[in-house]
Amino acid sequence: MPEQSIEMQLSSALTDGRSQGISDEISNVVFTLDDLRVFYGDYQAIRGVSLTIAKNEITAFIGPSGCGKSTLLRSFNRMNDLIPGARVEGLLAYHGTDVYGPDVDPIEVRRRIGMVFQKPNVFPKSIYDNVAYGPRVNHIKGNMDDLVEECLTKAALWDEVKDDLKKSAYALSGGQQQRLVIARCIAVRPEVILMDEPCASLDPIATSKIEELMRQLAVEYTIVIVTHNMQQAARVSDRTAFFTAELDEAGVRHGRLIEYGPTRQIFSAPQDKRTEDYISGRFG
Amino acid sequence: MTAQSLVVATAPLDLAGSGQPLKDRAFRWMLFAALTVGVVTLAVLIAYVTIKGWPRLNSTLWTNMPSIRRPERAGAQSAITGTLWVISFTAIFALPTGILAALYLEEFARPNSRFQRLVEINIQNLAAVPSIVYGILGLAVFARALALGQSVITAALTLSLLILPIIIISTREALRAVPRNIRDGSLALGATEWQTASRQTLPAAIPGIATGVILSLSRAVGEAAPLLLLGAVTFITFNPTGPLSGYTTLPIQIFNWTKDSREEFQILASATIVLLLVLLLVMNFVAIWIRNRTQKRW
Repeated sequence: MPEQSIEMQLSSALTDGRSQGISDEISNVVFTLDDLRVFYGDYQAIRGVSLTIAKNEITAFIGPSGCGKSTLLRSFNRMNDLIPGARVEGLLAYHGTDVYGPDVDPIEVRRRIGMVFQKPNVFPKSIYDNVAYGPRVNHIKGNMDDLVEECLTKAALWDEVKDDLKKSAYALSGGQQQRLVIARCIAVRPEVILMDEPCASLDPIATSKIEELMRQLAVEYTIVIVTHNMQQAARVSDRTAFFTAELDEAGVRHGRLIEYGPTRQIFSAPQDKRTEDYISGRFG
Repeated sequence: MTAQSLVVATAPLDLAGSGQPLKDRAFRWMLFAALTVGVVTLAVLIAYVTIKGWPRLNSTLWTNMPSIRRPERAGAQSAITGTLWVISFTAIFALPTGILAALYLEEFARPNSRFQRLVEINIQNLAAVPSIVYGILGLAVFARALALGQSVITAALTLSLLILPIIIISTREALRAVPRNIRDGSLALGATEWQTASRQTLPAAIPGIATGVILSLSRAVGEAAPLLLLGAVTFITFNPTGPLSGYTTLPIQIFNWTKDSREEFQILASATIVLLLVLLLVMNFVAIWIRNRTQKRW
């Protein structure tokens, strides 16, 4: 791999990626963002972002550190609400409903829009209880054993843990923990899964397992992933949004969306010079 | 060329240096001496009371009741049961109050708000209030105003107030040690703040909380000053029969016996001190054991 240029790696990633046949037009919209701005107190972290996210696709947010891509992702399920002083302006609509509307319960939003974090944050409980936690707090009825098996199977973890369901989740490896977190997330039957650099703390083998899993999950779920790894975006995503941090007229840094389109197009024929520079490794 | 010949080819380095300077060594000894003060004090204390109390360190100590006229047959049973009664009720009052208060401050109050800072400073000040002052408060409020008199419940309520700040502070520390991403993970699944606090944060913090609670209860077990003010000095030769019953505790009994000039009572006091020390050391060991057993889970 080190012999290959970044362009070659990316083009090979694109060929085995899943972005073929993705058109510019989005017909089945899950999220609509219109001039979305995120603030921390007086500081504006993200300048107006407008984009739409398609159902059952994998959308990747890429860009250098500090460009606000994680901040943007966390506003999709109102996790930013938990940070004192964080505030969202503009429109973030989920199936046409404003996620920040006055009658919207963030708890209900988070139940439908799940999240996987950068560091596998398994609970200090058994493997079984990790998966069962979401359904329990949401009072989901039904056979819990079946649900746990179903979710662990979907997360490609069942065969590895089926005899150790009572064991502590801390006994699992990092990659297994992250798949457990995915199983836990789908146990509440969300429609969307947000992933905030899900492979950042994993080795290449664990990473490729998670990527394979993401492709399988995209059949049933809509996935939005933040990643630092451009090859990963090229390999797994259908659409890519490129963000960067830029100084405004007053000299304050803000994250902003530069370019958004089918992954194939972003990587092979970027329209913006900044995108081209970033993906060819000249910047960032 | 072999590796060995490479090594030989290199000129030997002089790494001897100037050795440990005298100042360094002197400083090390000073630190060690400072450490010894505490350890030696405890050792001497335990040795002294054990030797002095040895003749009375037998079962009569906990089977017999105190007696004024017959020191050779007097025991500390009523003080042992009294201590257990008082400490149990102290735990019943102080634990839920302290843990819930800490949970509110740590998980629900707006962080760094003026209210939170004010409460924080007050709790820290409260932890520094001398125990005798709590005794005066207990006497005025519980014994007199609420007319609970000289009872187990008065003592327990007073001691609860005394250890409440310690429980709140240690519980908050234990809650703070639970990583933020555990809470995020729970909330991201659609759990409410209360579900997250009660099913994730609090259970994950229990080892830390238990350690703080045991240490604070052992502080309450050893307290004499506030109970003296509450009138626990009276001579009690019966086990408490209920929360409103009269009582005596081990520190009070020790105080009473050491006031008596007869040698037998001095020996008896030493034996009771050994008993109290053993109780406190056991409690502290349990706290340390819990802490070590559950360390580094994340």
